Amino acid sequence: MTNVPAVQRSRLRAPSARRPPLPLLAVAVGVGVLAALPIAYLVVRALGGDVGTLGLLFRARTVELVVSTLALGLGVGAGAILLGVPLAWVTVRTDLPGRRLWSVLVIAPLAVPSYLLAFAIVGALGPRGWVGDLLAPFGVDGLPSIYGAFGALLVLTLATTPYVVLATGAALRRLDPTTEEVARSLGDGPMAAARTAMVPVLVPAVGAGALLAMLYAVSDFGAISILRYDSLARAIHTQYRSTFDRAGAAALALLLIAIAMVLVWAEARIRRRAALRQPQGARRPPARVALGRWRIPALVLCAVVACLSLVLPVVTVAIWLVRGLGEGTAVTVDLVPLRDSLVLGGSSALLAIVVALPLAWLIVQVRGRTGALVERMLYVVYAIPGIALALAVVFFTLNVVPLLYQSLIALVVAVSVRYLVQPTGALRSPMLQVGPRTLEAARSLGQGTTGVVRTIVLPLLRPGILAGAALVFLSALKELPLTLLVAPTGFSTLATKVWDAAREGFFTQAAVPAALLLVVSSVSVALLMRGEDHA
Amino acid sequence: MSSSFRARTALIGASVALLIAASPIVAQSPSPMTSAAPGAPDLTGTALTVYSGRSESLVGPLLERFEAATGADLDVRYGDSAELAALLLEEGDRSPADVFFSQDAGALGALAGAGLLAPLAQATLDQVPPGFRDPAGSWVGLSGRARVLAWSTERLAEADLPASVTDLTDPAWKGRIGWAPTNASLQSFVTALRVLAGEDAARTWLDGIMANEPVVYEGNAQAVEGVAAGEVDVVLTNHYYVMRLLAENGDAYPVANHFFPAGDPGALVNVAGAGALASSDTPEASAALIGWLLGPEAQAYVATGTFEYPLVAGVAADPRLPALDAIGSPLVDLGQLADLQGTVALLQEVGALD
Repeated sequence: MTNVPAVQRSRLRAPSARRPPLPLLAVAVGVGVLAALPIAYLVVRALGGDVGTLGLLFRARTVELVVSTLALGLGVGAGAILLGVPLAWVTVRTDLPGRRLWSVLVIAPLAVPSYLLAFAIVGALGPRGWVGDLLAPFGVDGLPSIYGAFGALLVLTLATTPYVVLATGAALRRLDPTTEEVARSLGDGPMAAARTAMVPVLVPAVGAGALLAMLYAVSDFGAISILRYDSLARAIHTQYRSTFDRAGAAALALLLIAIAMVLVWAEARIRRRAALRQPQGARRPPARVALGRWRIPALVLCAVVACLSLVLPVVTVAIWLVRGLGEGTAVTVDLVPLRDSLVLGGSSALLAIVVALPLAWLIVQVRGRTGALVERMLYVVYAIPGIALALAVVFFTLNVVPLLYQSLIALVVAVSVRYLVQPTGALRSPMLQVGPRTLEAARSLGQGTTGVVRTIVLPLLRPGILAGAALVFLSALKELPLTLLVAPTGFSTLATKVWDAAREGFFTQAAVPAALLLVVSSVSVALLMRGEDHA
Repeated sequence: MSSSFRARTALIGASVALLIAASPIVAQSPSPMTSAAPGAPDLTGTALTVYSGRSESLVGPLLERFEAATGADLDVRYGDSAELAALLLEEGDRSPADVFFSQDAGALGALAGAGLLAPLAQATLDQVPPGFRDPAGSWVGLSGRARVLAWSTERLAEADLPASVTDLTDPAWKGRIGWAPTNASLQSFVTALRVLAGEDAARTWLDGIMANEPVVYEGNAQAVEGVAAGEVDVVLTNHYYVMRLLAENGDAYPVANHFFPAGDPGALVNVAGAGALASSDTPEASAALIGWLLGPEAQAYVATGTFEYPLVAGVAADPRLPALDAIGSPLVDLGQLADLQGTVALLQEVGALD
């Protein structure tokens, strides 16, 4: 593999070593302040506790939880990479039959809330699941226990693989075949040339996707509580619900944030070695790799992943509905939560993209310290347990802007900031391709800054914009703790309706909002992927 | 940008706009009546904010009936009782909430302890037996929830069932018990055990249960389903889950309730209750809501809609259940269940909780 010499790397930096433009800096500082507020709240609460609170941090049990949380995060990250990169490559770069459909199906699990996926997989692979019943005649005595580490790793990997697939797929689609062809012409074999061309572009993308997966895994509560895995997120929840003290919970939440910071720092170290711009060659689609005899295994991989992470939850919801209807349970179709979900999803996605564009520019093009710091803070906010974040929002709106307390604006801002890493990450790869030469050329042809942005930059960034907006939309649709505690009283989304019914065992009542949620999310996923293909 | 992109964006934008515009047509919020029903207080035009730790599927219809009967306009926030209590503690005296409806007494006790609840009228409190309300008068129970042993009618006979909840530590029950240690009701029961039998006896009992390798469930509904599915033979749960699952699955459902003898720690009766927030700016309306929830219509709903125990005299529970005073709950004062923190610490110590 050819390494890029250091002198070339420095020449690829932005020509402007001057201070970043003020509007961008203002946006970054604003976002940074918002992102810092939850951490400040947790520090305030933790310090408000007594000595016993500190003792909580140093129990042997807490050390065990830190280890199990880190193991979960790293395991899910590794799993998402191992599964996601081949899936992305197979659906983008090869001649896989039906690859357009597969590329949508492997992303579609983003539409499924993690606790629904956990329910579905436990229902299938659990002690009385139907998979065990199917295999029993063949002498399979019992499946490995779905509960604990195995189940948590399986479910969370399936839930987060789409992040890696999306990021990797976007990078692969934007790939300029020139580098590969040049490497071939210089004597590399096809595999070596592919590696030379792809690895520098893929590493930042895969890193961003895997980091999202890891942070999601360490902060998730819904799925791991069903799968009975002991992690910090679960302990934090137990503290909030049992002690009403909030100090111990805040201390544990700060510990979780520390773990998140370690993961973010590690990913930044790995990424720093590999960030490179793409040469501004002609944009044409690279040649498709013929799979040949690998076609069947590739199809099997796609099918298994799609079945486990998409078909199972859909079938589970359908069973809930049909079983209840069969018993004569009345089912109402209420469209108000659908409207509220769409309002929340749409507004959050719009706000997130509008803020993410200048932020991503600052991070990728200007590459200053402010941008890097803000990005890291956003990753940390993404990893804070939902209830802690919700109480932080309550604390600050009540004390600083009481007019906005329990307003839709506060909720939309909170949700946008929570998921802001997703569009900034999605924009990273396309942003790397907006090179200084292109901008200079456009300017030299007479375009002003707005003209350049409109005709050159935005079209180049369009796949990232679409992907980022869709990711925030989907995350906002599935979001639960912020909606329950921060939204205007009476505002309820499809996700809260599902949770409300399912926690009392009224699965039939949960089925309708769950089905609506799946449909809306799947439609947005399908639209997202069509945009990718047409780009 | 390409025309297909524009077309797609326009389509999405139009759909969202259409849905938002159409929502008043499909919105299901009941319009308040212009005159209140006879007998019910007239609260036409009054807006009340309720934080409900009880699920919407359980109490939504009840609250709608209150709106229809009184003309009030209710804004209800549904969530988890403990999380809503944490929210109320965070909000303090600036809370917009007027009434807090809680799944269990623990959350109410925590709020009362922080001085966030306003004392209720004695007439309201007196409608409920003394053991089912706050002795200081800050909250009142609305329905009774009895601890039971849900058992498999397919694999066990009544004679096989333990005489006391303490008998479950017998090694004969190894691998056959299920429970939900994260559930507030079980934690209340353990607190009661600590109060009644002492800390050491409670620890011994917990160690005995853990030695029997209980199957852990996240919630009571899953636990009872586990009995039906054959994963376990018995689970410690609340009485109404079996009743609800019987209603949903038909009378052939293979799980039944076993009530422990009067005075046994396993015979604890907990309550779902409500309190009026001291920060409320409509105290009369808050009191009216709580009073209405203790009225005949609401208490009858408790019996037939949720299968819990009505607490007001003169309203009967489901005929399949033993009478409330026949159960013999061992605790006189539910306020003694306030030390949830100590219970959680004990559960963590024995390894039942993280």
